[in-house]
Amino acid sequence: MDIDKRICDDLIANDISFVTTVPCKQLAGVIAEIDTRPEVMHVPSNKEDEGMGLCAGAWMGGKRPAIIMQNTALGVTINTLATLIQFYRMPLPMIISYRGELREPVACQVEMAVHTKALLAQMHIPTYHFHWQKDVEEFDNILKYTFMSNKPVAILTDANFWGGYGDQ
Amino acid sequence: MIRSEILKEIAPILRDQLVVCNIGIPSQELHAIDDQPTNFYMLGTMGLASSIGLGLALAQPKTVIVIDGDGSILTNMGTLPTIANNVADNYILMIIDNGSYGSTGDQPTYTGKKTSLAGVAKACGCENVIECKDIDTGEVLQKAIDSKQMHVIVVKCDSGNAKMPVITMDPVVIRHRFMEAVKA
Repeated sequence: MDIDKRICDDLIANDISFVTTVPCKQLAGVIAEIDTRPEVMHVPSNKEDEGMGLCAGAWMGGKRPAIIMQNTALGVTINTLATLIQFYRMPLPMIISYRGELREPVACQVEMAVHTKALLAQMHIPTYHFHWQKDVEEFDNILKYTFMSNKPVAILTDANFWGGYGDQ
Repeated sequence: MIRSEILKEIAPILRDQLVVCNIGIPSQELHAIDDQPTNFYMLGTMGLASSIGLGLALAQPKTVIVIDGDGSILTNMGTLPTIANNVADNYILMIIDNGSYGSTGDQPTYTGKKTSLAGVAKACGCENVIECKDIDTGEVLQKAIDSKQMHVIVVKCDSGNAKMPVITMDPVVIRHRFMEAVKA
């Protein structure tokens, strides 16, 4: 299965037409795939809280948004999630590369990985963890759930899900 | 002129436009001067007015005016390259540059010293960057609206705030009536 294509197909099937990204090595394939889809306006952002601002505006302008980011940036988005996305009740699917999990080669990434689920739980953000490729089967339902509930929803995607970093 | 005097003067221009207004006293002033369903008041999240406005401008065709501040732009300086490289000709970023953090007690910002936001915006690739004096704001803003081109306007003005009440409207109400006005 090509999970990059599958994720983009599901985004488009759920009428998501505005995507902002801050890159991660694991997300390179899905970001490249988005750029091949004319249905999606892709606006790269320089920081994840800026990206959430773009998504909030796009949603109020009538486009369903999504953000693609790395879990290490969760810390810089806490205030934005609380005082913009949650306070104004806005839907936001967050497709997050879960660095620092199994098959991670860089030790420093683990330092934010150990806080990732705790921070999301503290924020009461519904959180899903994709570890096997078949977990992508849930993605379509998660997107529907996000726009039904008008909440930020996190989808953590670890190295195992993306196929790892090869031999280590 | 201080910010509230500028807002009073340009209120008739803003009235028919979609406006995204910066957190804190700027939103309180605009709300007190001329509350409109076409105004989106930020109650929190310093720095993101320009980003919210850009997302809104890229998503739909109506003109969007962002009333931002120098402190907010300094907080989210990464917004300027994003604005420059994703041109929305229905987008006007108006930075009320009073060289101070107005909502927190008028502590000085660096734009009152060596830093030029117009210079930063130009270096980031923004086109139609205009720095103007407070008394010229209305004329410059109206020209920018009429031009139907993306603009960054830096309004140099005095530091100071008007005493206005806190906005008690529920955020979901602000957002809902704004979205209805966007669709109307």
